[in-house]
Amino acid sequence: MSQQTVNKAEWPLWEVFIRSKAGLDHKHAGSLHAADAQMAMENARDVYTRRMEGVSIWVVESKYVHASDPGEADSMYEPANDKIYRHPTFYDLPDELKHM
Amino acid sequence: MTNSKNMSIQKLLYTLQIADNALILGHRISEWCGHGPVLEQDIAITNTALDHLGQARSLYQYAATQFNALNQEEKKGLFVSSALQSLIAQGKLLDEDDLAYLRDGWDFRNVWLVEQPNKDWAYTVARSFLYDCFNYFFYTELRNSKDETLAAIAEKSLKEVTYHIRWSSEWVIRLGDGTEESHKRMQQAINDRWAYTGELVKMSEADTAMLAEGVGVDLNAIASQWQERVASVIEEATLTIPQDTWMQEGGKEGRHTEHLGYILAELQFMQRAYPNMEW
Repeated sequence: MSQQTVNKAEWPLWEVFIRSKAGLDHKHAGSLHAADAQMAMENARDVYTRRMEGVSIWVVESKYVHASDPGEADSMYEPANDKIYRHPTFYDLPDELKHM
Repeated sequence: MTNSKNMSIQKLLYTLQIADNALILGHRISEWCGHGPVLEQDIAITNTALDHLGQARSLYQYAATQFNALNQEEKKGLFVSSALQSLIAQGKLLDEDDLAYLRDGWDFRNVWLVEQPNKDWAYTVARSFLYDCFNYFFYTELRNSKDETLAAIAEKSLKEVTYHIRWSSEWVIRLGDGTEESHKRMQQAINDRWAYTGELVKMSEADTAMLAEGVGVDLNAIASQWQERVASVIEEATLTIPQDTWMQEGGKEGRHTEHLGYILAELQFMQRAYPNMEW
């Protein structure tokens, strides 16, 4: 019961993504509390773009982010460690192709 | 007093009217710094305080330029502050800091609304909302001023004010259309601030003189825009417009509520106690 009261009083958590300039991707900037999407957007503007950090904001309520389980990291990521052939570094590129 | 003298003084007073609103409201809002109800809103409202302060600075810089161009007799007659009188007697030029820190209460021309205490979040939101609705339409019009400096300041400020009005309207709606408690307290705050709104759109001598010159804004035209905007937000917030028509006024003539003295005591203490002190 008391847990419920606490949850009711606390505004939900939101994840904030900022695009620093046109053409670049939105990057995760941090999180904040807000009562709804509109307030989250305004809070994000005030907290994360005060120093000209962005030109576009996405906000997503944190509960909608599905995260991988750190306990499964071994099986999830380690198998990639010895498969360097997945990097395209074994191809001989013609000289005309610069900046690859 | 010849007509041209009169007009330079009127323009200076007009500039100070706008600047003083910005400084005093900015100072009031800055009192929330570190005390906001949640971290995010603490930052949001402090950003707003800095916007007002930035506008005040541009306007005081311009006012100082205008003041320095007056002749000695005109300068002497403008302010009651003895600190300023002594600078003027020494023939010193004034700057933005002198105007902010060395004028007395009688020399300030801000409206009463902006000097009212913060009380709680609802009262702070109500004060900002009623002022922002005015300020938004005021700066929108001032962009057309024949005075290029004022028009440029208005152009830059309007972007900030557009966000202010969005923020404060949002909170009026949120609290008005929120819980029974928040509704009651938001309505009370609007009711109590209401008597200070008439002065916003009442033409002072400087307002009238500058309107005639094509420099100032017609506040009678702003009044209906203000009413419409305020009414639509208040309706969306499920609140009611107060029916009182008795309005308080005096700020534009230099008469103030008891609150301004306390604000100036805090705001000006350092420069008054330690003249010319810098950080």
